[in-house]
Amino acid sequence: MSDVTLNHAGGAGAAAAPRQYHLAHEPHPQNGTSLGFWLYLMSDVLIFAALFATYGVLGRAYAGGPTGAELFDLKLVAINTAFLLLSSITFGFAMLQKQAKNVGGTLTWLAVTGVLGLAFLGVELYEFAHLIHAGATPQTSAFLSAFFTLVGTHGLHVTFGIIWLITLMIQISKHGLTPANVRRVNCLSMFWHFLDVVWVGVFTFVYLMGVL
Amino acid sequence: MRAQQLHPAHDTPHGEHHDGHHDGDDLHVSMSDYVRGFVLAVILTVIPFWLVMAGVIQNRATLVVVLGVLAAVQIVVHMVYFLHMNGKVQGGWTLLSTIFAVIFVGVTIAGTLWVMFHMNAHMMPDHANPMAMQPAAPHGHTATP
Repeated sequence: MSDVTLNHAGGAGAAAAPRQYHLAHEPHPQNGTSLGFWLYLMSDVLIFAALFATYGVLGRAYAGGPTGAELFDLKLVAINTAFLLLSSITFGFAMLQKQAKNVGGTLTWLAVTGVLGLAFLGVELYEFAHLIHAGATPQTSAFLSAFFTLVGTHGLHVTFGIIWLITLMIQISKHGLTPANVRRVNCLSMFWHFLDVVWVGVFTFVYLMGVL
Repeated sequence: MRAQQLHPAHDTPHGEHHDGHHDGDDLHVSMSDYVRGFVLAVILTVIPFWLVMAGVIQNRATLVVVLGVLAAVQIVVHMVYFLHMNGKVQGGWTLLSTIFAVIFVGVTIAGTLWVMFHMNAHMMPDHANPMAMQPAAPHGHTATP
């Protein structure tokens, strides 16, 4: 906080309430939270860069096990991609409702986003279960270790995003669109769209190039 | 005097003033941005899936390059229309940190692939042709007979 409270002790007006002052020049940038959250996302980018690099090195090391071309079901991936892309624009609608200070509309679109996120997660868990049932476990080959680590880390991010989304919906329904809640919606928006950006890399480099 | 650097607070309650100024959404989002970004993202997603699933391009190397370019364009579309990136937000600091991250990503991925594939080329024994592993060292001292 950049505010300073001065007590004019000893003066004639000592009995008056303390006067409040602001610094003439704010030392912190406007909306510093969103810059800080952006920096967190950039550090997340570095985690995913390392995982993508790992997958790039190990992605063809099948160790006699199944290959991506044998395992991946592109129709399933297309459905999953559609869920995540739709959830991006529904979060956009929630942002527009938030901007219009419409609590009900914000909650509705956040709920739609959450359902689409859960659908994405459901399809991904179905795919993982299917792979493991078919004997393609993370222990099978370096390719599958790298695959489960990369795609699983993305799925874990989506999971935490949904937990955050539900928590935020409870907060908004209790307290409305307070400045703190508006800030949280803005941060979650960045997080959610960021996950879609990472997914673009996943479906391109893991799935589409994996079946070639 | 220190007091000269200060000016009295406004009449509005302090908390309201502060939050309204710093934590409100000074970022203005618009419907047209989201719709435009969504349409572009759908196009840039449908094309790569169609190219691979319909087997349009036969040359593997060409297809890999096309897929990579489409993904890169789509990532930029997401950054601009959904994450509202531009040079002005936060006085350019978000853009600066993004450029740093992108450079770091490039170094990490390209550097790892480069180094590891060279390691493979130099260190993996060639099972098909064991003699290929005989080093062409000038001294010719090898452990194998």
